[in-house]
Amino acid sequence: MAEVCQLLAEWMVLFILAGIPIIGWIRGVRVYEAFVEGASEGFSIAIRLMPFLIAMLVAVNVFRASGAMDIVIVYLEPCLAVFHIPPDLVPLALLRPFSGTASLGVTTDILSRYGADSLLGLMASTAMGSTDTTFYIVSVYFGAIGIMRARYAPFVGVCGDIIGFLLSVWSCRIVFG
Amino acid sequence: MINGVWLFLLAGGIVWGLIMGNGAIVTQSALSGAETAVSLSIKLIGVMCLWLGMMKIAEKAGILRMFARVVRPLTRWLFPSVPSDHPAMGAVVMTITANMLGMGNAATPFGMKAMEELQSLNRGDKERATPAMCTFLALCAAGFNLVPATIIALRSAAGSAVPGATIGTTILVSLMATVCVIVIDRICRRVFASEDR
Repeated sequence: MAEVCQLLAEWMVLFILAGIPIIGWIRGVRVYEAFVEGASEGFSIAIRLMPFLIAMLVAVNVFRASGAMDIVIVYLEPCLAVFHIPPDLVPLALLRPFSGTASLGVTTDILSRYGADSLLGLMASTAMGSTDTTFYIVSVYFGAIGIMRARYAPFVGVCGDIIGFLLSVWSCRIVFG
Repeated sequence: MINGVWLFLLAGGIVWGLIMGNGAIVTQSALSGAETAVSLSIKLIGVMCLWLGMMKIAEKAGILRMFARVVRPLTRWLFPSVPSDHPAMGAVVMTITANMLGMGNAATPFGMKAMEELQSLNRGDKERATPAMCTFLALCAAGFNLVPATIIALRSAAGSAVPGATIGTTILVSLMATVCVIVIDRICRRVFASEDR
């Protein structure tokens, strides 16, 4: 099953890479010129992105390295117990909205420490799959087009993350517990 | 809000680090964070150019417009301010599709393209997010996912007997979260509607 899914994900990319130019060619598009024209926009977007990434990564790194993250986790634990969230998932819940790579790292840690097929492992896997890095998306997407006032968007995104996380914990308890 | 969060993380981290005497480590982590950010965005250039090139072909061939037409009833309801044959709609649909298929980082260039198109429709203050941008962002953040490819790979690497075990729960949870997010977004849009006039 896993191999099938992974293969599907791999093939999907290749399928798109081949399919789009072929369809374009059939429909009379000058595919090479069109590709180069589109690709030339990529450079400027990636460069414009850099300051936003620097701002976010520096702040998250400082917060973690200083030990402040551990303190927040200690104080949050009683609140999370109310919602039946295992304390071991707290770092994941806190990091998930900020950093995809960091939360992936925490998930790997949970999977190897408690076992991928343990209830904790299943919860972490579901939560990782069904939430996204809200603050990263806000800073990257809005940053690229120069939006300074994000208004209610981060709030809605964080609501989504919280709902996704709670549902992950609860659904895994029901399905696997 | 992003200002507050950022300041809290940075200043809070530094103050706490100084109190605990972790000054050197905190300094090191700040500098390495900046370095990582730069190498990340350099790495992003290649993939970004590749996908945007593909997008341009798709756009010229009318594929995006075709795709957008299929889901038009839904997207028209979600984004009432975007004309349904505008390139913004196509890019939005492509982003959500890429997210659904678990293409991960491949979705980012689509998303940025979509944001740029939405910005071209922004008649007001160019530094302020429009309701359409907020809805799009909420959809991305909810992360509706049909094939959690990364997680499956991660689970099998960790020695799972059933790496795909969480596909069902992931689809279920992300679908419910997406519906909730759309509802919350709608409520917020109403509440903040006076700002948009």
